[in-house]
Amino acid sequence: MARKKIPAIKENEVTPLQLFNNSRSLISASRRQFLAQGAGLLLASGLMPTSGWAGNKITDYKRSSLSLNETPTPYEYVTTYNNFYEFGTSKGDPAVNAHLLKTKPWSVTIEGEVGKPGVYDLEDILKRQQLEERIYRLRCVEAWSMVVPWIGFSLADLIKQMEPTSKAKYVEFTTLYDPEQMPGQKRRTLKWPYTEGLRIDEAMNPLTLMATGLYGEEMPNQNGAPLRLIVPWKYGFKSIKSIVKIRLTEQMPKTSWNESARHEYGFYANVNPSVSHPRWSQSRERVIGAPLFTPKRDTEMFNGYGEQVAELYKGMNLRRFF
Amino acid sequence: MVRKKLSRIQWGVIKTAVFILCLLPFMAISWDAVNNLLGPDPIQTLHFRTGDWTLRFLLITLTMSPLQRLLKTPIPIRFRRMFGLFTFFYASTHMMVWLVLDQSLSLDNMLQDIPESPYIILGLTAYSLLIPLAITSTTGMMRRLGRRWTVLHRTVYLIAVFGVIHFFWLTKLDYQEPLIYSLILGVLLAFRWRILKAIFTPKSAISKT
Repeated sequence: MARKKIPAIKENEVTPLQLFNNSRSLISASRRQFLAQGAGLLLASGLMPTSGWAGNKITDYKRSSLSLNETPTPYEYVTTYNNFYEFGTSKGDPAVNAHLLKTKPWSVTIEGEVGKPGVYDLEDILKRQQLEERIYRLRCVEAWSMVVPWIGFSLADLIKQMEPTSKAKYVEFTTLYDPEQMPGQKRRTLKWPYTEGLRIDEAMNPLTLMATGLYGEEMPNQNGAPLRLIVPWKYGFKSIKSIVKIRLTEQMPKTSWNESARHEYGFYANVNPSVSHPRWSQSRERVIGAPLFTPKRDTEMFNGYGEQVAELYKGMNLRRFF
Repeated sequence: MVRKKLSRIQWGVIKTAVFILCLLPFMAISWDAVNNLLGPDPIQTLHFRTGDWTLRFLLITLTMSPLQRLLKTPIPIRFRRMFGLFTFFYASTHMMVWLVLDQSLSLDNMLQDIPESPYIILGLTAYSLLIPLAITSTTGMMRRLGRRWTVLHRTVYLIAVFGVIHFFWLTKLDYQEPLIYSLILGVLLAFRWRILKAIFTPKSAISKT
């Protein structure tokens, strides 16, 4: 299989691949589990597509030295435990509803403080990028985490190609707004469309990834297909999904969760075990896929990426700029 | 009377059946735990499932006396203690999940988490208030405490309010479920408006009448 042609597999990386192969056979089991758990009303009435999600292999990517040396969370959990309120507020909703999203063709509007604004076909954007696999830890603001082998390209590369002006201080991202494709948008849970933002230096950091796939496949819809952001040192809600617009601005952009609860979700949202959420502790995290009696994991400052990003926040009061 | 004797046997059968019915959620949760069917986030799943059933049994318990009044039959009251004790049972499993799985029985973890999580403080308070009610639920205790038993067991209204706020407080954005619980609780408390009015009326005002 194409997947096995990946060059230079180090010995310590063999486990994830085996795990991946096992997880393929687990997918149908996980579907049955949905039924059993009552998330399967739709399934039972035959509304769930039998073809399922994504599955197209991505063959041309290299491995990144920025990857964690850890076993990824099983594929079935990565693709069935999702916060993607555009498809519903429960974790299982996106996997059930995301088939409604049409990701081909897909275009991304790039505008604002750039020399080359325009509406770009995603395929044209991708032609100019070098895809790589990056195994990152994803830490959710709800105090759980998983390890995901993303495939994508550096946001910095894309921004450079768009020739930012000197006024480009921030980057604003916008998710698709289409309640027909994203039925969760029919409820006013968050203000749609979802928007997120980064400071330009955060956006240009080598860790910041525009992801188009995971586990060697094209991005499953429920994980934010066809193009999503990954900012591994920030809480998961910063990593906006199904992006249709990237705007470079001089002003700090408005961001969805911050708009919905200003004192709970800040613009920065850096993973920080010593600054608790107003209603819960951030000092530990539940590890998705871990056996029942596994103690929770100690949350690391900047989710463990302090070496690469602590410099960005030197001199800042992180309790105030949470 | 023949009728009375017959109904006593029937009572035994019915009570046993209801008891088993009340245990079904626990058996389902245990089955899933043992067979690794709790999904990607088993601790959270257990928190929610045991918490849901605690609130449900609390609301069922509070439904018995209005039901007695509405249907003009004493039958519902004869199940009230069982439902109340099942509330305590599910609350205890909820506590165990927190103590053992969430906190790994570590005092350090608890001392860090509790001050940072107001909903946990409220949950612990509600559980502490449930304990005396469970202890004094026997017929002997009822007799011994007399009128004071009734007063003590009115704490259950406060516990229910705490329970629902506990749910609201830990919820992120989508308040649909805690809202449903609070609406039902609102209706059930409305049946007690006389009692609640008396509780909230200053003593001096009562002595005047």
